[in-house]
Amino acid sequence: MPNATLSMESPTQAAPPSGRDWFSAPPRHEEPADLPGWYRDLRAESWHQFLETPGPVRTDESWRFASLKQVQFDTLRMAEAVADPEPVIDNTLDRGLRLVAARFVFVNNRLALGESFALPNGVICLPIGEALVQHGDLVREHFMQEGARLGGAKFAALHGAATLSGLFIHVPKGVVIEDPIEVSHWAGGDGAVIFPHLLVVAERGASVSVVERHRSINTTDATLSIGMADLAPEDGGRIQYVCVQNLNDQSRQIQLNGTRVGRDAKALSCFVNLGGRWVRNESVSRLTGPGADSEMLSANLADGDQEYDQRTLQLHEAQHTKSDLLYKNALYDRSRTIFAGLIRVCPGAHFTDAYQKCRNLLGSDEAEANSMPGLEIDADQVKCSHGSTSGQISEEEIFYLKARGIPPRRARQMISQGFLAETIERLEGVELREAIGHRFEERFAVLA
Amino acid sequence: MHDTTTLEAVSIDQAEGNFHYPEDYQFDAGYGLTEEVIDYISNAKQEAEWVRDFRKRALKVFRDKPMPTHWASQDLENIRFDDIRYYLAKGGRPTRSWDEVPDDVKETFERLGIPEKERKFLAGVEAQFDSEAAYSNIKDEIAKDGVIFVNSTEGLREHPEIFRPWFGKVIPTGDNKFSALNSAVFSGGSFIYVPPGVKVKHPLQAYFRINAENFGQFERTLIIVDEGAEVTYMEGCTAPKFETATLHSAVVELVAMKDAKIQYITVQNWSANVFNLVTKRGLAHENAEIRWIDCNIGSRLTMKYPGVIMKGRKARGEVISIALAKDGQHQDTGAKMIHAADETTSNVVSKSISVGTGRATYRGQVHIPKHLKGCRNNTECDALLINASSRTDTYPAITVRGNQHATQHEASVNQVSEDQIFYMRQRGLSEAEAMSLSVNGFVNDLVRQFPMEYSVELKRLIDLEMEGSVG
Repeated sequence: MPNATLSMESPTQAAPPSGRDWFSAPPRHEEPADLPGWYRDLRAESWHQFLETPGPVRTDESWRFASLKQVQFDTLRMAEAVADPEPVIDNTLDRGLRLVAARFVFVNNRLALGESFALPNGVICLPIGEALVQHGDLVREHFMQEGARLGGAKFAALHGAATLSGLFIHVPKGVVIEDPIEVSHWAGGDGAVIFPHLLVVAERGASVSVVERHRSINTTDATLSIGMADLAPEDGGRIQYVCVQNLNDQSRQIQLNGTRVGRDAKALSCFVNLGGRWVRNESVSRLTGPGADSEMLSANLADGDQEYDQRTLQLHEAQHTKSDLLYKNALYDRSRTIFAGLIRVCPGAHFTDAYQKCRNLLGSDEAEANSMPGLEIDADQVKCSHGSTSGQISEEEIFYLKARGIPPRRARQMISQGFLAETIERLEGVELREAIGHRFEERFAVLA
Repeated sequence: MHDTTTLEAVSIDQAEGNFHYPEDYQFDAGYGLTEEVIDYISNAKQEAEWVRDFRKRALKVFRDKPMPTHWASQDLENIRFDDIRYYLAKGGRPTRSWDEVPDDVKETFERLGIPEKERKFLAGVEAQFDSEAAYSNIKDEIAKDGVIFVNSTEGLREHPEIFRPWFGKVIPTGDNKFSALNSAVFSGGSFIYVPPGVKVKHPLQAYFRINAENFGQFERTLIIVDEGAEVTYMEGCTAPKFETATLHSAVVELVAMKDAKIQYITVQNWSANVFNLVTKRGLAHENAEIRWIDCNIGSRLTMKYPGVIMKGRKARGEVISIALAKDGQHQDTGAKMIHAADETTSNVVSKSISVGTGRATYRGQVHIPKHLKGCRNNTECDALLINASSRTDTYPAITVRGNQHATQHEASVNQVSEDQIFYMRQRGLSEAEAMSLSVNGFVNDLVRQFPMEYSVELKRLIDLEMEGSVG
């Protein structure tokens, strides 16, 4: 658990519950007998960190505007094995991408389906439990190395103590995987918690695209997912990561991403939020070598009482690095969004290009959009800008479409969908873009 | 780069405020902050009991509140509240004539050019020396219109019916640790009332001077502009360069009634040992307008975020901010716009320049609650970095509820490019001149918002500060 406690600065108020009332012991499920020793140590240490780390309080800048009640848990419990995962698997296949290089399905932390199609030689694509046993040293090099700098340290520690779910993907030098790897996480059982993990490494000249889907087994169970993704495009490598969250409207998700972009490497990460009651996304992109390039995207459609709380950090540590962030929210009903982004250009990281944009489209009189775009510039010859806007669909736009025979309701849907599509269009993969487009269409059809 | 003329020019300018006279005070509350100090201040001012109670309650709030270091600069920890003198005054009442001002005080303000400016273009002047105003006067024709321009002691004592209802209402004691500190030990500042329909043509000015070492200045200003009235208020300040840190912590409250207009202009040029921690906020009623024009050049650490609460329909708020952060300085400035009625509009334009190891920070807050319609905010922040070791930060927070509003925020960070400098040098300008020209170009559109006399002064200050800073 290196760095995991860094972000919790000066907790001035009385320490909130240690977490023992969330879990009385480290949440675990069946684990391989031959887990490496370092991993067992790490889990024990993480549990200790979890108990030691205070939970978020009002004075934490990284939780400003947040609904803290969403992270005040009563007793939580580890998700239990589902007796018959077949219907869930079928559902996954129905709605999933057709052209994939590999497909994995986890139901309540447990592998339910794993299949690969023509993965190039040398690629490792295994459930994390198996990878720990077979490629322990390789996993160790990258596993949770980035910590949680944006307020989620306590949750990262809990994740570290618990996770044995999700994928390890390692793409060796020069290997390009054309079709995306799809991994689905399903959660069910009232009060159940899952801990999905994803670790992706792309060596020099290697390239891979991973789509992670988060779904609920039914519409009624309130579940919690505490997930993390470690993305490491090494020098000259390339990773695309898309996280599509479509949980039921009772469930919560905390997803913490750490990305380290090497020399001339490229990372593209995208959060798509459609479902869930409350979602917290933290995403850190560290640019560690010249020529590193990070694109950070998000498209969110919130309605009802949904709340999406997103925090980002573009951390420029080397010269001649580039980052570009675009987060878009379409809000309806009483929904709420929070965007807090920081571009940090470290001393010496000259010739940085960094951009950050957050756009909110408000579709009701009670929706609330909070934006905190931040800059910290400590270097020279830097091109940096950020922008944030909040607005509504203008009557002229509606009028224009009405004049072309499109009814106002449909016109609103089209404009809102077009608004969100701007981010999706920047993703690679035709089928992926279309699939996400369809999800939005389905949601808009019952909205707006 | 450091040619002799530049150095001379710079040192002359810094010398302008860098002198002080031996201390000779009738009132001195000593060092440290206790209930006794508050009684001492209250007794010296012969205040009403409610004011004394107000101060004592504030002291308690100040003690209870933690330092806001979870978001603000850790440098705040270096303020030694026990080593500060909270009240120093030569006498109770300010005079109406410069002739009656004690010689050393008069000389101070003459060296700073205040009486001359008063004759030239001001409608009224107040000159504060440490805790109390030494001189306060407004032109007869304005007094005849019923305009009141006094210090805080006199305002609360002589006109409680006007000032008490709004005193501490725009900025409550507990707003932050330093507004509480000010509420406990405030002294001096301007209390202004402009009656309905009176448009004060020329600006009113206050000048704040710190003379004594280890002294804390806590002026309190309350400006109430009645229906349809208008006023422009300007404040300037200087202090000598002492070895030890000095604290300046003011509270400024503005109240613009229906259709009123207030323009509040600050040129802050404290010496580099001053902690300048100021709370400024205005309340704008229906169709009223409050503009803060804020220029920060001096001080060690400035924390100041002028705000406007737009309480009435069609109220307007504006903050125009220029900050120049040089070696060892941190200008932490910004704006706070609270929209509390329909069709209210606000505009924030901030430009900062960081030189050497200077750090400029913008913090902003825009808040539009639900069930309002037609609110608009525009925020623009531009930062200019001069050297590789310069730093700039931007931390805005924008909350919008509802779908009948529009907000936009944009920020950018720029450098003076080597190409620009090279181009100008080709045409015979020295590197320093080229740099000054670039920087002046960067802030020019904002500088023009200041009254003529100030914009000329500001341009000159920026020229001087910029010369010799290329590298």
